[in-house]
Amino acid sequence: MRLLGTWCVSGRVPFCHKRYSASPRASARPPPSPLNRPSDTDSLPLQGVKKPFTEVIKANIGDAHAMGQKPITFFRQVLALCSYPDLLDDNKFPEDAKQRARRILDSCGGHSIGQTPPPGHLQPHGSSTCPLLNNQSGRSGPAWGRRWQASPGRCGAYSASQGIECIRQDVARYIEKRDGGILSDPDNIYLSTGASDAIVTMLKLLVCGEGTERTGVMISIPQYPLYSAALADLGAVQISYYLDEEKCWSLDVAELRRALTAARQHCKPRVLCIINPGNPTGQVQSRECIEEVIRFAKEEHLFLMADEVYQDNVYADGCKFHSFKKVLFEMGPEYSSTLEMASFHSTSKCYMGECGLRGGYMEVINLDPEVKAQLTKLVSVRLCPPVPGQALMDLVVNPPQPDEPSHSTFMKERRAVLAALAEKASLTQEIFNTVPGITCNPVQGAMYTFPRLSMPQKAIDSAKEKGLLPDMFYCMKLLEEEGICLVPGSGFGQKEGTFHFRMTILPPTEKLKVVLQKIRDFHLRFTQEFS
Amino acid sequence: MSFLQKISSNVKNIKQLEYSALAERTNQIREELRQGVRKPYGDVIDVSFGDPHRAGLKPLSFVRQVLAACLYPQLMNSDKLPADVRHRAQRLLESCVGESVGSYTATAGIPEIVQRLSEFITRRDGGVPSYPENIYISPGSQWALTNILKILVNTDGPSKTGVLISAPCHSITTLSILGLGAVPIPYYLNEDEGWTLQVEELQRALESAKKFCNPVALYIINPGNPAGPRHVQSTSSMQEVIRFVSEKRLFLLADEVYQGCVNGDNSKFVSYKKVLAEMGPPLSDTVELASFHSASKGFTGECGLRGGYVELVNLDPVVMKHIHTLFTTGSCAPVLGQIALDLMTNPPKPQEPSYPLYHQEVQHMRTTLAENGKKACEVLNSLPGFSCQPVEGGMFAFPRVFLPPRAIQRAKETGMQPDTFYCMRLLEEAGVLSMPGCDFGQKEGTYHIRLCIVIHKDIMENLLRHLANFHQKFMMDFC
Repeated sequence: MRLLGTWCVSGRVPFCHKRYSASPRASARPPPSPLNRPSDTDSLPLQGVKKPFTEVIKANIGDAHAMGQKPITFFRQVLALCSYPDLLDDNKFPEDAKQRARRILDSCGGHSIGQTPPPGHLQPHGSSTCPLLNNQSGRSGPAWGRRWQASPGRCGAYSASQGIECIRQDVARYIEKRDGGILSDPDNIYLSTGASDAIVTMLKLLVCGEGTERTGVMISIPQYPLYSAALADLGAVQISYYLDEEKCWSLDVAELRRALTAARQHCKPRVLCIINPGNPTGQVQSRECIEEVIRFAKEEHLFLMADEVYQDNVYADGCKFHSFKKVLFEMGPEYSSTLEMASFHSTSKCYMGECGLRGGYMEVINLDPEVKAQLTKLVSVRLCPPVPGQALMDLVVNPPQPDEPSHSTFMKERRAVLAALAEKASLTQEIFNTVPGITCNPVQGAMYTFPRLSMPQKAIDSAKEKGLLPDMFYCMKLLEEEGICLVPGSGFGQKEGTFHFRMTILPPTEKLKVVLQKIRDFHLRFTQEFS
Repeated sequence: MSFLQKISSNVKNIKQLEYSALAERTNQIREELRQGVRKPYGDVIDVSFGDPHRAGLKPLSFVRQVLAACLYPQLMNSDKLPADVRHRAQRLLESCVGESVGSYTATAGIPEIVQRLSEFITRRDGGVPSYPENIYISPGSQWALTNILKILVNTDGPSKTGVLISAPCHSITTLSILGLGAVPIPYYLNEDEGWTLQVEELQRALESAKKFCNPVALYIINPGNPAGPRHVQSTSSMQEVIRFVSEKRLFLLADEVYQGCVNGDNSKFVSYKKVLAEMGPPLSDTVELASFHSASKGFTGECGLRGGYVELVNLDPVVMKHIHTLFTTGSCAPVLGQIALDLMTNPPKPQEPSYPLYHQEVQHMRTTLAENGKKACEVLNSLPGFSCQPVEGGMFAFPRVFLPPRAIQRAKETGMQPDTFYCMRLLEEAGVLSMPGCDFGQKEGTYHIRLCIVIHKDIMENLLRHLANFHQKFMMDFC
């Protein structure tokens, strides 16, 4: 029973929707996709209806498990043990998994992952500091043995919202190890509900001002639509800077400068967002480029937000992941003690692919203590991030070590996932580049390819007649004729007059080969049909 | 290059809770205890949060077994887990994309779970229909509440948006309202009448608010946190609220997360949706309502899994479209949280293998809650200077403490609110961490403390003993 009350049309609630539709915030929408929700596929009337295909292949969402990638055994074992601790008596579980589980449970004051984390480093029953620090497994390396003293009084009520302290300590150690020893303070780590939550929180904190003083946020085009949606929702000004397709989607500081200068006319640019490795483009920025971006951000007094959720997904030869923080600190104190930044990571991507568990973190660097206090206050309104996600993040930063029973299986599984992705990345680029009318940059990293399509004028006209953007028209036809679901490039932003689609490289290799072939066949037909 | 001057004013306006000073001191005390400093207690009893697991109560075995099997499906190959657990886990995994709890789900939640939630709501409300398309699962109910508030709060208008909210009320909702740039408008519950709601007070609050904001919604939490009408609202009171919001054209936000915690002999939870439906047209067709529920409270108590939902009633379809868009920007609710919601609303049935243990565990918690509530009231009411309304629902006692003028004076000197001062002393001298009433809103000149009562029976006894001893000493010191 969903009747409209007569007052609704002129009442207060719809004024919000009027405001919503009138204001920039109304554009907070996900990229237009032939299928708006994952479940929509399931509702497609495939039963008994004749189609030129027998199943829909969804290569539209960066969800690895949905495409058949298996979870990492060790992670799931520990999480199961944490969920139902009676299983600690089951000898089918390896000892190192049990040890991790006990440790995580201990760090949850009441020994339950179902509770909100206790404030600060409250430990139950007078037990001493985080059990990892007393771990006798013999793992090597100074970072693991390091003792963190959380000073009393630094952890207020809201550190429950910041995430379980032991886990933040582990995350800090992981970052130090990853970045060649550059110190990381657990108090600068905020665990979150996926990286998205932390990104939106940071933007919420930073967006302010009215009129021409309104905060401007620089985001790359093409971009991951979470950013444009968040900016629209917060009423921030989006400042688009274009990645260079001719140069493998690299970032050019001259382009950053152009975008910034133009934006200064109508807003106050304060934030620069960069995704590395990139989504949807998959580029892995070179070290030189990262240094240039850092120099630019410092010169222009911009807060840098480095979205690094794909940091383990690097495939192309000659490409390497460089964390923004590491590069920053290696550029010396002139930069490392002044540039304010936040970097983000997640358990949804890389080799874990655990999107549904909503685990993530951000590390903030050089934040003014009073701003940090405001940030801590802001995250408290969200209560806390899901504890299983926090536990999973702990395992990601603290995986089985060489001397532990689960190590070899873990490494095997991890290698297999990343190797498969690398193979598929290279296969994708190879096959697409054999198709006249499709140009595909190397898939250097992440999980996607963003090839450019040549669009015949007749096709553009047909699309217009149907009220669709040309690449949406293309993707709809591809879905109808081949049962393959992609996302049109217009959902991510692209240079005027160019057309792209984003395809994930997540389907299993054999299926991907079929998908690539079908797209090739479709593209040739499409070009023929509209010539 | 300090950004301090340049952060969102909405964020700056979120007030810092008095509780944070207490929590900080608790950390220090625990550190001191660890270092062997002598105190009249061995550990701090933390009853500041409504978190049963943190307070030592065990999770429901059935829920945890199903979650474990969903996380590590190999468990279904053995018969270590009961058959119904394995069956449930199998069904749940089949409803996950790729049969993994690690996949994203549809925006509003796994469709099969949303469908079952709508069936639960229909059952609960004696047949009043519930439609899956009106339900959104979110990472905890507060997340959904914030999204609905976002739709209601107009930041472009000439005046701020106002939201009527009970006083006392738990702080998170107030902070969310402030964080969105809106204004919380307190309406005071009547403590002497058992925390009942009086329409005249709603009227007063609304009229006075119109001078400085544009009120658009009324938020009510039933059963209450920290307190509500006998902690559970009567049907006639709910009807008054519905008539009021209809007359004043306000959106009704009904926070019903404690619906599983009702223990009074004379109290029964009835949902706002049911009462609305039974009032018939035109009200039942026109009053716009959002009701919230969660797996964090009740006997499930899985706060850390972050599973909650909102059901929307009588909303304009155009507005629903915008709500959908808003929910899509937040990915989906954690799958384990969605599963916890499903298990909470579809527990084992009497003929199923897990039923006996499930029933036993729930009964134990039900009894604990009822006994704790009764005991707390008894003990507190026996102490001069304390007055505690009967607790027939929710998870908290919210007694009033009549502070002597000298104590109030001393508090002022130390720069603390009087009830924060009391709570701080209670912490220092008796090792009990509670929440001061000032963080919830209370009538001027009154002071309260909030204590979670969903705790182990023994801890409750311990707590009451420490509190009683402390209180008597405190009163002597300051009288």
